[in-house]
Amino acid sequence: MSKKAFQRIYTQLTAITKATVTLEAEGVSNDELAVVNGRLAQVVKIKDKNITLQVFGGTEDIPTNAEVVFYGEPPTLNVSDELAGRFFNAYGEPIDGGPAVEGEKRQIGGPSVNPYRRRQPSELIPTGIAGIDLNNTLVSGQKIPFFADPDQPYNQVMSMVALRADVDKIILGGMGLTNDDYLFFRNQFESAGALHKIISFVNTTDQPPVERLLIPDMALTAAEYFAVDKNEKVLVLLTDMTLYADALSIVSNRMDQIPSKDSMPGSLYSDLAKIYEKAVQLPDGGSITIIAVTTLNDGDITHAIPDNTGYITEGQLFLRADPDSGKVIIDPFRSLSRLKQLVQNKKTREDHSAVMNTSVRLYADAANAKTKLENGFDLSDYDLRCLNYAKEYATRLLAIDVNIPINEMLDTAWELFAKYFSKAETGLKEALIKKYWKE
Amino acid sequence: MQTTGKVIGIISNLVTVKVDGPVAQNEICYIELGGVRLMAEVIKVTGDIASVQVYESTRGLQPGCHVVFEGYMLEVSLGPGLLSSNFDGLQNNLATMNGVFLTRGEYTKPLDEEKLWDYTPIATVGQKVEAADWLGEVKEGWLPHKIMVPFSMEGEYTVNTVVPAGQYKINDTIAVLTDANGEDHNITMVQRWPVKVAIGGYVEKPRPFKVMETGVRIIDTLNPIAEGGTGFIPGPFGCGKTVLQHALAEQADADVIIMAACGERANEVVEIFTEFPELRDRRTGRSLMERTTIICNTSNMPVAAREASVYTAMTIGEYYRAMGMKVLLLADSTSRWAQALREMSNRLEELPGQDGFPVDLSAIISSFYSRAGIVKLRNGAYGSITFIGTVSPAGGNLKEPVTESTKKAARCFYALSQNRADKKRYPAVGPVDSYSKYLEYPEIEEFLDEKIEKGWVEKVTRTKYIIRKGKDAYEQINILGDDGVPIAYHEQYWKSELIDFVILQQDAFDAIDASTPLERQKFMLDLLLDICEKEFNFDNFEQCMTFFKNLINLCRQMNYSEFKSEAFNNYLAELKKEIEHE
Repeated sequence: MSKKAFQRIYTQLTAITKATVTLEAEGVSNDELAVVNGRLAQVVKIKDKNITLQVFGGTEDIPTNAEVVFYGEPPTLNVSDELAGRFFNAYGEPIDGGPAVEGEKRQIGGPSVNPYRRRQPSELIPTGIAGIDLNNTLVSGQKIPFFADPDQPYNQVMSMVALRADVDKIILGGMGLTNDDYLFFRNQFESAGALHKIISFVNTTDQPPVERLLIPDMALTAAEYFAVDKNEKVLVLLTDMTLYADALSIVSNRMDQIPSKDSMPGSLYSDLAKIYEKAVQLPDGGSITIIAVTTLNDGDITHAIPDNTGYITEGQLFLRADPDSGKVIIDPFRSLSRLKQLVQNKKTREDHSAVMNTSVRLYADAANAKTKLENGFDLSDYDLRCLNYAKEYATRLLAIDVNIPINEMLDTAWELFAKYFSKAETGLKEALIKKYWKE
Repeated sequence: MQTTGKVIGIISNLVTVKVDGPVAQNEICYIELGGVRLMAEVIKVTGDIASVQVYESTRGLQPGCHVVFEGYMLEVSLGPGLLSSNFDGLQNNLATMNGVFLTRGEYTKPLDEEKLWDYTPIATVGQKVEAADWLGEVKEGWLPHKIMVPFSMEGEYTVNTVVPAGQYKINDTIAVLTDANGEDHNITMVQRWPVKVAIGGYVEKPRPFKVMETGVRIIDTLNPIAEGGTGFIPGPFGCGKTVLQHALAEQADADVIIMAACGERANEVVEIFTEFPELRDRRTGRSLMERTTIICNTSNMPVAAREASVYTAMTIGEYYRAMGMKVLLLADSTSRWAQALREMSNRLEELPGQDGFPVDLSAIISSFYSRAGIVKLRNGAYGSITFIGTVSPAGGNLKEPVTESTKKAARCFYALSQNRADKKRYPAVGPVDSYSKYLEYPEIEEFLDEKIEKGWVEKVTRTKYIIRKGKDAYEQINILGDDGVPIAYHEQYWKSELIDFVILQQDAFDAIDASTPLERQKFMLDLLLDICEKEFNFDNFEQCMTFFKNLINLCRQMNYSEFKSEAFNNYLAELKKEIEHE
């Protein structure tokens, strides 16, 4: 960022921590940007003349006589159609060698949509993955994360979902992406010939962690431009939100805030909600759908990050390796799409929700049978049938490498019901059985 | 003279102000920033420094900004037009706001001041009246909305003049009251009241003595909530809290529904905005929205207003209660409110209590719950607020401060269980952990004796016993194996499964099953208890399992059929044949 005329310049810091610096200055406003020794910083606390700045690039080797220049405004992004197809860093500066984007300058992290102006999400986003379409159907305007251990292929699944989804723009917000994953996304988008509808804001692992805090707001400001101003359908991918939350805790810790659960700041819920709640179905047809990734420690969803996320998002997609089928599946027990009933049986076949519930319930019976087996008990005939069903269900429907239309998913499920169970055992409504049962 | 001040410090939405005169705790002030006025509330005063929580984003705020103190606490306007409105936590009407985005510093009038209401006087000239006495009535939708002597008026007044029946706006004078000193007071249809103070004006607050029907079997049959009672629903995310709350809002036997969406998802509120106008009230056939007020402070709206939203909702509830109405107040979720308190307490650098929550959390929660209840009005009528709050315990662990504090305050506990949700057994209310203290009230037992049948509570107790025994048997079977236990254990287990599948589980998305009237609940419970009391002689456990699975299937088909319809009766006949056959 270049210097402008009439900027206020200070050269005397009174305190430095790992993430913040403090100085005496006047006429400074809350949330305002500044540059400290060439690094971008933002005002986070004002006490009389004492101004505390959060330095995004970290404070290593910043001296007490560092030059501090205030910009007089919060972080901004230039928005226009020129954003499409471009790659940016956390500050919204191009990293693809292209020119700076010309356009209207907008403050990032802007106001919320009036809930009364929202519309109820009602458009199905098919992905071809039965673990999603059949059991946890996605709807445009929804916000939903993948919950996955770090060794799961979440970025691959996410890029697959993004490229199959029928949307106008895909905006990637990468936080703490490894360089390999960054290049993976780039290659995927390029080889799918989709670059023209993709915009990326990326912070890689070799860049300072506090910078990540800007990524979601940058990505969502761009998203709001296309969704609100251009009435486009926008899909925002945020990976990995756990690393974002970690950056939040670093800053709050340096500011001597009292931590709550798992050393996260007490405001974690509000901080995450501000991001996820940008997902919206607008009255004029535009929408923002957010698919995020929250990495877990060994499947622990009681940790503050996944826990708060779960309360904010409209469900979660739980990735896990299934030893029986040898595939990565979308766990039907722990996964949930809260908006699925807005499209199931309405935008999909009438038997959708019944088939979904029954197939999952039978899969649960199989889990019980498995426990019995592990404890060394004899299995009943029903148990054995459940186990066989489970294996086929996991392979043909739950696995993430499935790519079929929804009606075929439903037909496959009916086929499995007939293969392994009696009509009464499924407990399905008679009307549906009459119509769809595969003798 | 108004007190004013200057901003001297800012951390997020906590702003410190140096003041030039007296300020009161909880007083409202406005911070002026480049043409907009940001509303804030005083939460701490030290010397001439007031700490205020700002109800808006503080972006761009600078030291030196001018602050004006208003001399009153956060208030709401009470009058016709509250129902079918959608407010934010500070009672701004969301529908009349401009633009797609919420604009900072834009405050809208809560009530329509131009609308004409059909007014009929109740009080007569010369009548002696006190605060909360009814002066007249307007039809708000189909509900008789009483215009009352303002709650803030102390002492006795004489009705001096009343306007004749006719059409009036809310700010028109509809009566003149004369106080003991001969001074006249003009009364309009609207009054203001501070949200953090409970509205009084009633004679007594008896123990709850009636059950509020909800149509949700696991509540009505097993753990009924009293009219004017309190309950809470704790549960991990994804366990169906929201679906259950919406079911209650749609089906409960209440005149007025107030929903406080406190720090929750905006799309859930949109669902109410979209569906409630379409849904029909079962008793009147009118749109549900006509009797509903939504107070909406979603999770991305300013944190400080979150706390205000539950108080705003309660105050509106108390206003309708004073008209003799049955109010159901739902707050989702009280944990978000507690978190808002925590964020503030943290910024104020107060010594934290457990998990960083303020130390007086428990007191705040119990004083809030105590504002619910059934009351006897001065004219002998009864009004009530039944309050059900949800709690979102961190990590689904119920041993956390908000759940524990709420447990002390609420009388009904509907614990949502992750285990049941995983098995898709909805509503996922745990049958063993949940309770209703009202079942122990002799008043309630008497009421149920009369309303359903004599000895009903004993039947409920028996049902719970069967469920508990079934759980024990299940554990034994799991430890010892199917063949390792007597067949009687299997029978015990499957009897509890029968009750689980037919009574406890309920399909909230099925047109018929979603809501079950008490009469039908009694019919099904009687049917199942009859079966459970029979001793069967099965040869082996598989026969037992097959038999009960068949019964479960038939009973579920009954649940999906119109009560006592031909299909229903056919399934019933088939069921009876199966049982005789065994």
